[in-house]
Amino acid sequence: MKKHLLSIDDLSVDDIGALFETAAEMHDVQRRAVKKLPALRGRTVINLFFEDSTRTRSSFEIAGKWLSADVINISAKGSSASKGESLRDTVLTVTAMGIDGLVMRHSASGAAHQVAGWLDIPVINAGDGMHEHPTQALLDAYTLQRKLGSLEGRKIAIVGDLTHSRVFRSGVKILTKLGADVTVVAPPTLMPSGIASWSKDAGFATSYDVDSVLPEADAVMMLRVQKERMSGGYFPTAREYTVGYGLTRDRLALLKPDAPILHPGPMNRGLEIAADAADAAQSVVLDQVSSGVAIRMSVLYHLLAGPNEGEAK
Amino acid sequence: MPTLDPVPGDSALAGRVVLDARDVSRALARISHEILERNREPESLVILGLHTRGVPLAKRIAEKIQAVEGKPVAVGELDVTMYRDDLRSHPTRSPHKTQLPAGGIDGKTVVLVDDVLFSGRTIRAALDALSDLGRPATVRLAVLVDRGHRDLPIRADHVGKNLPSARTERVGVRLVETDGVDEVRIADSVTADDKGASA
Repeated sequence: MKKHLLSIDDLSVDDIGALFETAAEMHDVQRRAVKKLPALRGRTVINLFFEDSTRTRSSFEIAGKWLSADVINISAKGSSASKGESLRDTVLTVTAMGIDGLVMRHSASGAAHQVAGWLDIPVINAGDGMHEHPTQALLDAYTLQRKLGSLEGRKIAIVGDLTHSRVFRSGVKILTKLGADVTVVAPPTLMPSGIASWSKDAGFATSYDVDSVLPEADAVMMLRVQKERMSGGYFPTAREYTVGYGLTRDRLALLKPDAPILHPGPMNRGLEIAADAADAAQSVVLDQVSSGVAIRMSVLYHLLAGPNEGEAK
Repeated sequence: MPTLDPVPGDSALAGRVVLDARDVSRALARISHEILERNREPESLVILGLHTRGVPLAKRIAEKIQAVEGKPVAVGELDVTMYRDDLRSHPTRSPHKTQLPAGGIDGKTVVLVDDVLFSGRTIRAALDALSDLGRPATVRLAVLVDRGHRDLPIRADHVGKNLPSARTERVGVRLVETDGVDEVRIADSVTADDKGASA
């Protein structure tokens, strides 16, 4: 495994297999009375979040703590970053405190790559702009694999705001890597430019018609409509989006009855996903959350438990 | 890890056989009887195998006890990867399964089973792992081979064979379940390659 986890491109199929295998054991730890393993005792991890995120940050925090690491959360709001300090200075300052790993979220695509170039310690990308969110993709694929068995040849639909979605960008990479047959669906205004050549190279399909894709799907991943990024006219009204692309009660009936429904959260109920779908028996939204902790424990373990760079083997 | 993970062509395949299949079977039969003599109530027993080769050994011991008592004996598997004190000196590896019997281990007599007892560090890790999983009444240790050279004050309660060895020697256990054959070999580990590497 590579030193950093910045993108799904950093992981081979074997690496993903090893991460899933460890995550399965970590899942068992969540059911124990004592949810603690000593693997990262004495190691310190900083969660450096330049962008708000409660669930990803707390998921990493729990994962680190259950592995006995000391976890420190720094939110850029109210920190020196908001006083005008450069990214490089902020990162070098916190790492100068002697930490062993950095989990980072930033609103700029590529920020984690940039930071990894400055540091000797492992950097884990917890979401960078519209670029990647590798641990989310890992937990989605892991959740699906537990539900469906092997992903080889399984038809998976990813529906929603593709343009702004790092979940989609990492997700499509891992799912095609694991052999799934992925179709991405979005209104034309939310289809990233240049997706035609990308989908051709990576081997996934694109569609504007959700109703024709859903009946074939073995699983469907709904993406959040990112209201905070919707400054322009991507669609006329929320109602129109729901009618065209939301997982409504009517569309729920199109799905195979056992096809898992995924959503990375937080859900806009009534916008991209109806309450009936969010609470349906095949909804795995909460499985994704618990898998998230197991996956992040697995990632932290594989990147941080071994020897530091320069430490004697 | 006390055991050699046998690599094709590795010196685990060479060396002198110290226990053959019949010896292994006899040793396990004796250990099973000793465990029963110490614990007249098989209901309160949990036989817990340590990965990798302790797991099949634990299952065999449990089967032998069951054959004598006519009642099933609780058996489980324990992985101590996360509890090892040398995590930082090796590249990480994925942990195996830890699986306790349905009744758990609280108040039970837990017999840890491993193939080779060497430094004692694996057993120390196992004791730490156990304390996170519950509170057994008693913990005992059964090993197929005790080769000495302890780093920690740990001893086995049930030993298949005491095998005096030099620190430089390698003891390799192979079992039908994992390697296709039951045998224990001892080999001089300092091969030409090792000499080259350590020089």
